[in-house]
Amino acid sequence: MRDRSFTPGRILIYLVVTLFAAAYLAPLAVVVLNSLRTNEEIAQGSMIGWPQHLAWGNYAKAWSGFCVAETCAGIRPYMLNSALVTIPATIISTLLGAVAGYAVSLWRFRGDNWIYGIVTLGLFLPQQMRLLPWTIVLRDIGLINTLTGLVLIHTIQGLSFTALFCRNYYVAIPHELIRAARIDGAGFFRIFWRIILPLSAPILIVTVIWQFTHIWNEFLYGVTFTTGQQQPVTAALIALSAAIADIPQHGVQSAAVIIAALPTLLIYLLGGRYFVRGLTAGAVK
Amino acid sequence: MAALSIRTLSKRYANLEVLKGIDLDIESGEFTVLVGPSGCGKSTLLNIVAGLDRPSAGTIEIGGRVVNDIPPKDRDIAMVFQSYALYPSMTVRQNITFGMECRHVPKIEQEKAVTNVAKLLQIEPLLGRKPSQLSGGQRQRVAMGRALVRNPLLFLFDEPLSNLDAKLRVEMRMEIKRLHQRIGATIVYVTHDQIEAMTMATRIAVMHQGSVQQFADPDTVYRYPANLFVARFMGSPPMNTMPARLEAENGSLVVIIGAGRPDEVRLRLKGYDAAAPFVGREVVFGIRPECIAEGSRAFSGDAPVLVNAPVEMVEPTGAETMVLLRLGGEPAMARISPDIRPAPGASASFALDTRRICLFDPETERLIA
Repeated sequence: MRDRSFTPGRILIYLVVTLFAAAYLAPLAVVVLNSLRTNEEIAQGSMIGWPQHLAWGNYAKAWSGFCVAETCAGIRPYMLNSALVTIPATIISTLLGAVAGYAVSLWRFRGDNWIYGIVTLGLFLPQQMRLLPWTIVLRDIGLINTLTGLVLIHTIQGLSFTALFCRNYYVAIPHELIRAARIDGAGFFRIFWRIILPLSAPILIVTVIWQFTHIWNEFLYGVTFTTGQQQPVTAALIALSAAIADIPQHGVQSAAVIIAALPTLLIYLLGGRYFVRGLTAGAVK
Repeated sequence: MAALSIRTLSKRYANLEVLKGIDLDIESGEFTVLVGPSGCGKSTLLNIVAGLDRPSAGTIEIGGRVVNDIPPKDRDIAMVFQSYALYPSMTVRQNITFGMECRHVPKIEQEKAVTNVAKLLQIEPLLGRKPSQLSGGQRQRVAMGRALVRNPLLFLFDEPLSNLDAKLRVEMRMEIKRLHQRIGATIVYVTHDQIEAMTMATRIAVMHQGSVQQFADPDTVYRYPANLFVARFMGSPPMNTMPARLEAENGSLVVIIGAGRPDEVRLRLKGYDAAAPFVGREVVFGIRPECIAEGSRAFSGDAPVLVNAPVEMVEPTGAETMVLLRLGGEPAMARISPDIRPAPGASASFALDTRRICLFDPETERLIA
């Protein structure tokens, strides 16, 4: 057996790792702790401190009591907005990405590599650059300040990623499968539905996690294209800070932040191991 | 009736000519093997017949119908792939019925067809399993079942045995041959393994560099290879070929290996009149290893032709002894009795079967006689 006792080198490694972990976790710790402290407590002391008694009321207030933009329903409606944008956009972009990835990887057609290149080029365009074109598009089709508009944006923007993920997964599927199915008489969509999709669980889980977290956490489009009642929760959190600028309410704010972050956290906790597995796994043995 | 007719078929990818004017006529019920080294175009040809690839020129007829513009599913063919290409998420039963499902065959008929095929291939106990739960041989069988259930005009096999281990390959080889004898199907079978070609085919098409070198029954291909490529490709170990000189002596032809050397070998030929124009010229002399044997072997016919030759190496295989010797200075393999072990470095006497010699034109590499 190797000696596992603490050598100086090992101690140094642990020290560095612990420091990094502390640095990464500090903001989370501050927010969690503040979400459990009353406003007075924070005001009297500092932003960093241990809660004297647990103020669970912050969560209730943040969820349904607090006033944002002249409505006092907490962040609940904005959470709903985020869900109404994130869920359809995730599902649609994942399905479209799967079909696109399947078409590009397993069906040869003229210009297939060009189309794939153009679709994935979307990955490299900065978000800010796309703001103006989207503004014009949403205005012309009358979807400015609507959740549908955000669904449209996230679906199309997400396609670059989902097509890339799925294509890279599907290239490992032997082409002979497609040939056999063509001789059997199956067409493009039947092959996708009956043969390819049942093999896709690992990559679909990866894309769903990826899309869900990105769309849920997205801020720029939300704050740019929606106002008031139509905003997703990320944008509403800023409105919430603005609304309480006069009397700081750090406790409630922190609770709201935690609530807003909860869905992506849950998705990651539930699907995280599939995520890692899916990113590394080969397709079909 | 010709089950498959291929006319002046060519295929070119950009600047690369993969198939150069292929003409083949395959009769109904024939077991045709397309054999050749990798890159000879045999798989491309099969894919074009299947409709998975398009020819650059030429026509394909299946059952008397030109199918160039007909999609694979309507060509009345079935194909077995090298990787078996079983649908991983479906059970064996679903794999077999998938094609019928696509063609909207009624459920009751599907059921009947599956039962028949499963019985024929003895895969009944596997019907509920997934491909990942099957061994290589079982997968192979299911892949054949998927083809058989269609009852097509033409079966296409694309190197179906190359993923199996040696023992299983021999078993499946016999099984496919037996299957062909039982159901009398028309089969086009692609392989790079000349033993598979020899053992299974009713006719062999030997392919090289995009064209068919010879299309004939196995015996003819083996005994009268159309050119040097076929001679060296078919047979293991391949035919010994070496430069020689053809002379006329007392009204009969004599082939001389290593002419002018002290150990030159002179062989009198009978029945090689077609080689007469080559008298006084260089030829390529070809003799199969089994036509060189120990000196005591009597090849049926005339008086034995014996030569003394130096032995370089001896390889006992159990069933026979392979001997590397020198004929007029040229290396040649001999296949002798297993219990005879000539000493390397010494000379030994060998009997030659001169009736089965092949002579080739050194320029065109074609068979002269």
